[in-house]
Amino acid sequence: MTQDTVAGARSAAPRPSPPSPPPRREWSAHPGAIAGRVVTAGALAGIGLWTAAPLWADRHWAGLACVVAVTAAALAVYLSPKRLPGKYLFPTTLLIVLFQLFPIGYTLSLAATNVGDGHLGTKAEAVTAIETSSVRRDPDSPEFRLTVGERDGALVFLLTEPGRRDVRLGDADGLRPLPGARTNTGGRVVEAPGVRVLTAAEAATRGRELTRIVVPVPGGGIRSQGLTRAYQGTAGSRYDASCDCVVSDGRRYHADEGEGRFVAADGTALDQGWKVGVGLANLTAVFTDSRLGADVVGVFAWNLGYAVAVVVVSAALGIALALALHHPFMRGVRIYRTLVVLPYAMPAFAMLLVWRDMFNTDFGLVNRLLGLDVDWLGTGLTARLSVILVQTWLGFPYMFLVATGALQSIPGSYLEAAKVDGAGAWQRFRAITLPLLMLALAPLLVSSFAFNFNNFNGIFLITSGGPFPADDPTVGATDLLITYTYRMAFGQQGADYGLAAAMSVYVYLIVALLSIVSFRRTNAFREVDR
Amino acid sequence: MRRTLSLLAGTVLASAVLTGCGGDADTPSTAAPGTTLVIWADQRRADALKPFAAAFAADNGVKAEVVAVTQNQQQTFVTASQAGKGPDVMVGAHDWIGNLVQNGLIDPIQVSDSEMDGYVDVARKAVTYQGKVYAVPYAVESLVLYRNTELAPDAPETVEDLVAQGERLRRTGKASQVIGYPISQQDGQSGDTYHMYPLFTSGGGYLFGTDAQGDPDPSDLGVGTPASIKAFERIAALGEKGSGVLRRSSTSDNASAAFTSGKTPFMVAGPWRLPDVRTAGTKYAISPVPGFAGAGPARSFVGVQSFFVASKGANKALAQEFVSTTLGSPEVADALYEAEPRLPALKESLEKAAADPDVKAFQDAAATAEPLPSIPQMVAIWGPFNTLIHAVIKGEPVAAAVTAAGAAIKEQLGS
Repeated sequence: MTQDTVAGARSAAPRPSPPSPPPRREWSAHPGAIAGRVVTAGALAGIGLWTAAPLWADRHWAGLACVVAVTAAALAVYLSPKRLPGKYLFPTTLLIVLFQLFPIGYTLSLAATNVGDGHLGTKAEAVTAIETSSVRRDPDSPEFRLTVGERDGALVFLLTEPGRRDVRLGDADGLRPLPGARTNTGGRVVEAPGVRVLTAAEAATRGRELTRIVVPVPGGGIRSQGLTRAYQGTAGSRYDASCDCVVSDGRRYHADEGEGRFVAADGTALDQGWKVGVGLANLTAVFTDSRLGADVVGVFAWNLGYAVAVVVVSAALGIALALALHHPFMRGVRIYRTLVVLPYAMPAFAMLLVWRDMFNTDFGLVNRLLGLDVDWLGTGLTARLSVILVQTWLGFPYMFLVATGALQSIPGSYLEAAKVDGAGAWQRFRAITLPLLMLALAPLLVSSFAFNFNNFNGIFLITSGGPFPADDPTVGATDLLITYTYRMAFGQQGADYGLAAAMSVYVYLIVALLSIVSFRRTNAFREVDR
Repeated sequence: MRRTLSLLAGTVLASAVLTGCGGDADTPSTAAPGTTLVIWADQRRADALKPFAAAFAADNGVKAEVVAVTQNQQQTFVTASQAGKGPDVMVGAHDWIGNLVQNGLIDPIQVSDSEMDGYVDVARKAVTYQGKVYAVPYAVESLVLYRNTELAPDAPETVEDLVAQGERLRRTGKASQVIGYPISQQDGQSGDTYHMYPLFTSGGGYLFGTDAQGDPDPSDLGVGTPASIKAFERIAALGEKGSGVLRRSSTSDNASAAFTSGKTPFMVAGPWRLPDVRTAGTKYAISPVPGFAGAGPARSFVGVQSFFVASKGANKALAQEFVSTTLGSPEVADALYEAEPRLPALKESLEKAAADPDVKAFQDAAATAEPLPSIPQMVAIWGPFNTLIHAVIKGEPVAAAVTAAGAAIKEQLGS
């Protein structure tokens, strides 16, 4: 379960350090301290260089500048005798930026584009793809045998044909005879005047250059196919910069920068598009697209209900069990506690799949055991009940553990004093035990809520979001916002990362808002705030 | 305190610069491309390909690396290729072609027509998209009917015949299920279009018409038409409110379990189930999936396993060389057939393999099959059609469900 990690991460949030009191600090002259400083400086510089090398190789200047800046800042902070708070703040700030702010920023930047299937790359990439895939081999093209050669630093084709003994040289200027070349029995050129014959490995190293060569011949061009073969073919499509359009088999497809596609006058578009900015269109789609909006509202309502139901039921169950096992007259407490914690100790991933199969109408354990014929995961209501049931089963041991711990820390004297004052068992529970329990449990309930609000596995592995209505395959009865978004980005309907990114921004905002509100309400972190 | 603040500001500034780094990652890499040919395949294929990749590398004085990609191969390939970290050669199913072409991630393979004539027709048709060949095919797989010859000695000619045989066995207690027919996806939550297609086509349905180039035509949608309603009415008669032969609880896995344990005399599955059936020791025979009585043949989808040359691979020329010379060879086709008994796409290898009566049976069954559409618009079909199958088998009103699915597909095609 992840509840504990969520809670752990929250309690480990940085506390502001007290202001450093001494106005001046000096380096310690102790040999150990000096050695420590040298090692630190070396390590920081080493990490910086290690990160910078690949960026340098890729000519990624912006990235390089970042690494230099961060490394410089790290050196400045850690090699100075001063700046004690900075020494603590630096790593946490860096981690927050890397793993919190950067992903959010990146998601936002994706949300402002139409990136998805058919719109993954740049316009230049789309043009290359269109031109490359439009090359058609002439049906009567000879099967050229190709040997790759080099002349004056540039690659040339040395071509022979089955049934012809002569060798011809092809380059950007065209095809011409090359007398004096020697061939082996396989028709490959082994020696040619003025041309260095490349080995396969040498030619492979220059593969990019090789695949770009087109030898113009009447009625088309000769291109390589691999390292040893060439064919004559024609490119059916060509990009024309003067009209910013692709001419394909006599038709013109004009670039539509709003859609990121080449579109013809009759509205047909070429398959290959490119990524364009769409501004806020993805973010406002929830409000402007009535169908999407209705779906999202429906999903959100169920999502909220699911998270609340799971938290409330599992907390109630956990607390009730903890109270029962906390009773002094209880025997065999250890065994019970071990048994109760079992669902928590087993891998949730596997348990979810087991539960899914237990709900199978014909072969599932649930129906067989109860002698029922209920289509558990096939109708909206039962599917919703099922996923809540499963998540409660997985979640209550955690609540039980925490409640048990909290109960043991409630001083018995409080309860005794209440008893002396004449309070009944229910009154003692309402007025003393529960408030003290909630003090310990409240922050965990909030984090458990946040976890279940985004409980992808708990839904996806059991129902995959289904059952789906016949007229709308995009939204199922048990879909959470996160499974709904996931299907948008990676589902069978083709990838739409832009819209999915916009949706996840909303999911993030909702969870953040709900968490802030509930932390406020429950006064969690009170001590920290003081 | 002031110092703390300025420090904090400094680090935040430095890291804000850092967040700006993500932007232009697609600056082309000008580093030396190196000459390691990288091939991605699923686990089985990766093992089978390794010796050939090694031999090819040794012949050409380069290095070769075969990487097993275990999950989401197409998605992984798309994402990695776009980021410039993809392979040079990818092994996958032919129905990826439309999506990979629209994303500009694979190149046509320029081989002569006579070379393509060496492949079985359905494979050649499957890897041809918009008139160009985009992959070298190596294996063909389609659905067949497995039957337990101890329970059902004769191959059923029609669905009705099959149901009658199965019902008889069930009444006499020799079997508990008429047929293991996968209705649901592995997660049990939505229908399985791939397995339902034979019955749908036999009933007179189709998904897309055919355009001038021989590719499926998205403007001619066959779902929601009167013919498709008729087809689904025949299917519904076998469903949970009909004879109960087809049930939503049936998936590919539990159908296979029921068949190999002798609980059902029939199973509809592909060649990938053959090893399980052989291991279980069931006496079996393979025949084409039967159609409805007095209706058309049950056409199943053909998936063609293929080799792709990645457009954005670092060693495209080398990849082309490997794919068009080595991978197209009968030796590789034989080795891959040894690794898993799927029909070889190369005629020469198929003839050799057809000495095995099972292969011959698969070949006969594939005769009426048609390639799984590879156009990108196919993504609009899966969701609605899967849901439709569940609705019909569950016993919901057929006409309404089919019409709703047709409308849902149209809406997705339009957007």
